Amino acid sequence: MDNAFIISILIITIRAGTSLLYATLGEIFTERAGILNLGVEGIMIMGAATSFAAAYYTDDAWLGLATAVVIGSILGLVHAFLTVTLRADQVVSGLAMTIFGTGLASFMGQRLGPGRTTMIGLQSPSFERFPFPVLNKIPIFGPAFFEQDILVYFLYLLVPLLWFFLYKTRPGLKLRAVGENPRASDSMGINVARSRYLYTIFGAILISIAGAHLSLGYLQGWAENITGGRGWIAIALVIFATWNPVRAVLGALLFGGINALQFRMQAAGTTIPASFLNMMPYIFTIVVLVIITWWEAFLKRIGAPAALGLPYVREEKD
Amino acid sequence: MENPKATTVVQLKGITKKFPGVLANDRVDLDINSHEILALLGENGAGKTTLMNVLAGLYNPDGGEILLNGKLVQFHSPRDAIANGIGMVHQHFMLVESLTVAENIILSLQSNALSLNLDRIKKEISGLSKKYQMPVDPDAYIWQLSVGEQQRVEIMRLLYRGADVLILDEPTAVLTPNEATELAAVLRHMANEGKAIIIITHKLNEVMNFSDRVTILRAGQKIASFLTAKTSKEELARKMVGRKVLFHLERSACVPGKAVLKLENVEALNEKGLPALRSISFQVCCGEILGVAGVAGNGQRELAEVISGLRTVKKGKILINGEDVTNCTPLQAIDIGISHIPGDRLGVGLAPNLPISDNLTMKAYRERPITRGFFLDRDQLQVFAKNLIQTFAITPPVPETPARLLSGGNQQRLILAREITANQGVIIAVHPSRGLDVGATESVRKTLFEQREQGTSILLISEDLEEILQISDRIMVLYEGKIMGIAEVADITVDEISLMMAGQPLEKFNHELPADGLKT
Repeated sequence: MDNAFIISILIITIRAGTSLLYATLGEIFTERAGILNLGVEGIMIMGAATSFAAAYYTDDAWLGLATAVVIGSILGLVHAFLTVTLRADQVVSGLAMTIFGTGLASFMGQRLGPGRTTMIGLQSPSFERFPFPVLNKIPIFGPAFFEQDILVYFLYLLVPLLWFFLYKTRPGLKLRAVGENPRASDSMGINVARSRYLYTIFGAILISIAGAHLSLGYLQGWAENITGGRGWIAIALVIFATWNPVRAVLGALLFGGINALQFRMQAAGTTIPASFLNMMPYIFTIVVLVIITWWEAFLKRIGAPAALGLPYVREEKD
Repeated sequence: MENPKATTVVQLKGITKKFPGVLANDRVDLDINSHEILALLGENGAGKTTLMNVLAGLYNPDGGEILLNGKLVQFHSPRDAIANGIGMVHQHFMLVESLTVAENIILSLQSNALSLNLDRIKKEISGLSKKYQMPVDPDAYIWQLSVGEQQRVEIMRLLYRGADVLILDEPTAVLTPNEATELAAVLRHMANEGKAIIIITHKLNEVMNFSDRVTILRAGQKIASFLTAKTSKEELARKMVGRKVLFHLERSACVPGKAVLKLENVEALNEKGLPALRSISFQVCCGEILGVAGVAGNGQRELAEVISGLRTVKKGKILINGEDVTNCTPLQAIDIGISHIPGDRLGVGLAPNLPISDNLTMKAYRERPITRGFFLDRDQLQVFAKNLIQTFAITPPVPETPARLLSGGNQQRLILAREITANQGVIIAVHPSRGLDVGATESVRKTLFEQREQGTSILLISEDLEEILQISDRIMVLYEGKIMGIAEVADITVDEISLMMAGQPLEKFNHELPADGLKT
């Protein structure tokens, strides 16, 4: 294997893993606050559809991204309102979000093109890859990691920032406490409902950006079912990552890596059917997830927030 | 005041707190001194915790005032109270298990700073740890700690926030005896350092071992205050249970028939695997109520559970009409004819979200005419339920009402209706009138008494001595899972019961079981 081959594999690995990592980080922060959001797939595809349409009509990828942020925060707000204020079942609310999101995004894909036609095949401004000065000169590593688009570079900053926030700051400590024991948190003067709203919305924004990266960065176009189940993989990766942002990177790279290999094999003209290869990333992710999670649970306590999925009601005492 | 350094820190004056239908605190005065451990003694529901919740800022009093160092203060939240140096350790710890000790303490600091300042806080925790001789590892995760250590973290958290008055609600309820001894030492040390300590308890031993002063509450009122050194367990027990007859029941002489329920040397363990019942032997005859007295947590609950098939008997035998029913399943116990009125009404006695009708038929549904093969006959079920609702005067008389919406008294009537309908000779009643108002209490006791008249054997487990004295024929006192004595109600004085409740078996009440199983 020559260097060029390794670099090309790494580049695709990172590009394929980026949207997944955004979605996983978003879901980690939501679940840390004790809210399970199964609407990842729906929010992601809504982010992909709306950002692409906005970028197409405004001719500006950044306005596309901004649209994804707005859509993400609206959908996050809806989920938070249903689950925190109305105490609706989080699973049902999330699933509804996914079904609603995929349906509406598919409809938008068919009708938001010029003259109410399909968006498939349209070209919009996108986040192009550009070499990051200086760092791209590092052998192998440089071209692979630092000839990417701006959303990838942003992730390089975001991951350590989120990790630091979660484990090294007071607001991060409060976030962890709210997901673990809302009653104790409440007794210590933390506004549980506010935290849950805040992080559900923040998470949904990241998830929506994940969708935007699919249509404006990775695939650079709209396709029916563009997320292809990545939202569900992200939910699985949250467990794999044990709710730790840094470990989420490993999961995203794993998924991206298998994706890249599978592309390569298809390009090399293998006799294995294409549908089978397309299935590979999902199977591998799940198999590895099962093995590693099982092993982790075997070694030590697994770190699911104890109050995940449970509504919090401040009861009248006595 | 024993300690010359002691000064009054907090004065409660005429504190009154009402809940719907209950006067939880009735004009209570209380002085709290520094350098001193004060025990607040009383039965369940006497208003101890309510009074301290008022002091800790959780409840707003309906009357009375709080003076802190002579100045009038008002607390609107626990945060206000702690800011004024008053903190409370609740029975259920408020700790986040997956975080470390230091992180839990930081969480409660209400600081908006971004940085954790972990190192500085750890150092301060170690300093406090040393000062109060209370070893706590700031880096340990809460889930790794024993209950006793978690309690220390709770105390540490209050100390860290500068509490000078520390309230502990039933601090030893969850501790092993060793941990309790350690806690006593820690509290003593804190008192010596000038803190004012209040422990809420209903355990007499604890009062004697822990406190300098003791104040007794009963039914929301302050009954008495003593220096611990100048009182005795017996005096405390007498003051705690009191004696006040609410109403009078015409009692026909007990004509005990043959022994129906009989226990022979029964032993059982509690949840922690410690002995809860030690060699229990007694019998209840047909047409008799045997009252089981004792301070809470001395094996009463376990006793009810072994008989109704909810807890494993380790040793010994339980007989009903001569038939061995040891370790039968709850269903077998029902079939044999044991009715159980559990102490935990909503948790064990009812399915709170189901309608009255379904709760009433929870035992009868297995048989005709309510069940027909695989199916329920809803019409018959309604008829059955309406009958019982009328007979037992359950309000509202609407079979569709979810049980959780009923008042405590009506919930208890519902349970009584179900259990008495299914009754075939034995009723185990645990705290049947706890938390009920006078009227409901009277109707519950009357119902039990009528069952006795009809020849049922009733085991009445209650912390309410007055209830036991009122309707029981004989009384048995439990202490640490052992029988301290069994006596005819007419033959025993409250003082003697108090002595036995405090752990002193009385020779003259220790009857041997008659060999033929009949009451002599």
